[in-house]
Amino acid sequence: MTQSKVKSVTAPPAEARLSWLPQAPVDWQARLASLQKSDAHSLVELRVLAPYQLDGTQTGHLDRALSRALLHPGCSAASADVRLAVLASSTTAHLGAGIRVAGLRRGLHVAVHEGTYGQFWQSILEPDAAIADFSPNAILLALDAEHLAAGLRVASTADQRQHLIQASLDRLRSAWQTLRQRHACQLVQQLPLPVFDNLMGNNEHSLPGSPVDYLSRLCMQIRDCAEQERVDLLSLDRQVARDGLAAWHDPRLWLHARMEISPTAVPLFGELLMRVIAARQGRSARCLVLDLDNTLWGGEVGEAGPQGVTLGPGSAAGEAYQSFQRYLLALHDRGVILAVCSKNDQHVAETMFHSHPSMFLKRHHIASFKANWQPKPDNLRDIASELNIGLDSMVFVDDSVFERELVRRSLPMVQTPEMPREPALYSRVLADAGYFESVALTDDDLTRGAAYQANRQRAELRDHHQDLTAYLHELDMRLGWQCFNPGDIDRLVQLINKTNQFNLTTQRYDRDQLEDVMNQPGVLGLQFRLEDRFGDNGIIAIVIASLQHDRSMHIDTFLLSCRVIGRRVEQAILNVLASGALERGATRLVGRYRPSDRNAIVRELYSELGFSPLPSPPAGELRFDLELGQFTPLPVPATVYEEGA
Amino acid sequence: MTEAEVYHTLNEIFRAQFLLEDIDLTPTTSAVDIEGWDSLRHIELILMIESHFGIQFHSREVDSMSNIGDLVEYIGAHLHAN
Repeated sequence: MTQSKVKSVTAPPAEARLSWLPQAPVDWQARLASLQKSDAHSLVELRVLAPYQLDGTQTGHLDRALSRALLHPGCSAASADVRLAVLASSTTAHLGAGIRVAGLRRGLHVAVHEGTYGQFWQSILEPDAAIADFSPNAILLALDAEHLAAGLRVASTADQRQHLIQASLDRLRSAWQTLRQRHACQLVQQLPLPVFDNLMGNNEHSLPGSPVDYLSRLCMQIRDCAEQERVDLLSLDRQVARDGLAAWHDPRLWLHARMEISPTAVPLFGELLMRVIAARQGRSARCLVLDLDNTLWGGEVGEAGPQGVTLGPGSAAGEAYQSFQRYLLALHDRGVILAVCSKNDQHVAETMFHSHPSMFLKRHHIASFKANWQPKPDNLRDIASELNIGLDSMVFVDDSVFERELVRRSLPMVQTPEMPREPALYSRVLADAGYFESVALTDDDLTRGAAYQANRQRAELRDHHQDLTAYLHELDMRLGWQCFNPGDIDRLVQLINKTNQFNLTTQRYDRDQLEDVMNQPGVLGLQFRLEDRFGDNGIIAIVIASLQHDRSMHIDTFLLSCRVIGRRVEQAILNVLASGALERGATRLVGRYRPSDRNAIVRELYSELGFSPLPSPPAGELRFDLELGQFTPLPVPATVYEEGA
Repeated sequence: MTEAEVYHTLNEIFRAQFLLEDIDLTPTTSAVDIEGWDSLRHIELILMIESHFGIQFHSREVDSMSNIGDLVEYIGAHLHAN
């Protein structure tokens, strides 16, 4: 038999990753090293290195830099935002790094006090001076599976099992009450990793002495008790159902060092715990801001119209977008504020919400609706101010890596998850990111905190226009142009007939007509390709202009793909067009704007590019001209070159 | 993979873990020779080495690693078994 090189269906390895965060940049380690060389590295500077998908080693390095930064006077544990005491039945010394770095990611200074190994029960029974001095505002009680199942025998009867569970619950309840009396702070009970192996199998529950079954029963009852006692839970048992036990627990390390939690899971452990603590302090996110095209549905509604987008039954992709909407609606129903921030025409975008039969989200679910052509950071600020919430309580979801990077850069306090290309996974990413972690609390508490944060954030706003310009420069955009290339005719025809928004005249050509145009002397047809550091966007713009007898050049077609609107590409296009027109002996450019129901975005384009208005014919068309003798090329944030030259 | 290559890779892993440029491992290098090599860092190192070489140490090996010579020997045994 021959060996096949084709891989068979295999399960992916178990992982506990910060999957919603972007990968750390390649120079991450170098940036950390250079910060550490300067004496004055502060929390603020280190925080910039935190919102990445760091592994255990990177988390450790960042944590050690953090400890050194906190050696400065004024950074004592007493002044920490979170003072967490850990009482545990197993090794926890390795967990602190994950917890502190998860705090740093939120701009919180976290101090961790670890009880003496194996002494946690004494610390509860008798007042512990070290913990009292530390004055915690949160206590984590972490009891591992073996500890909790002690006393259970395979031969135990159902009655004996019930007694054991009751005794365990009584002990926990009294520990919680004692700790609360003594420290008056948040209590977090960690539920154990389900590390036991089956004795029976699928019907494990039929054996009263089964440790596997015992642990799941105990966890259920701890949930009820904790609810009554206002104790918050860290549900590692459920996280394991998500990630797989191997991602969280290494039996060798349990035996070698009594580590319940594997070092590989430490960054995620820190995140999960810090979410529960931040939620209790009213610091969870409150508002989800959504892009529209390719986020709530497939395709561009501004180009294809409501009937042309992918949404709803009929295709797996359509169902994927719809099921994401169902998840968003459920979040809305449990109190998350929804907002929209989209590069679209407001009317076209709202029509989609009113009229598309497969939209789970309706217009009234959206508290603030911004569909326009302003940079998204500006819109996010407007939404925050309109809803009177802090930018740091907002989450921004967009399928475009360009928009995500722009927002991360301009508004780092807004949480912007990495979205996968696959819409079927959108809801999983949001759930994994845990932005909206909630414990039982009153709405009033949340509102007060958020209103305060909003005022603080507004004071911190910087000049965003400068931000955008700098960002565009850093994108390393390369705009290549050439006269119409017959080899690209299919893409050119497609773009000419599909583009509705950034399209001055909405003049359509089929393939034959375009070939005719290409062959006419005096016609200048230009195509533009845009690359940036995220990749090649392909052909994104087309200009067709023809030289008249009076030496004016009339712009018949000027269009830009909606994917690259807002990147100041149009200025570069005008520069290329002007120089091409001059070469052909033209003395001025004449442009016209022919309104359609989709192209309001470019109504002012010619004015913005420096053209002067001309007397316009009736029927709403606007005409403009530009004297080429006085034209100086506009500044552009891109390198412009002639392709194939 | 030759023993020299294993040493070369280990040097890189140790330098990355301890952020020290001048680590140069020999068979007798042990935890006392490198500042910060405590029991927790030891476990992290083991996990890094495992994922880097695509191997898994036996519990017995985890317990009895006392110097770099042992480590290189165990790595070699796993690599040859594959």
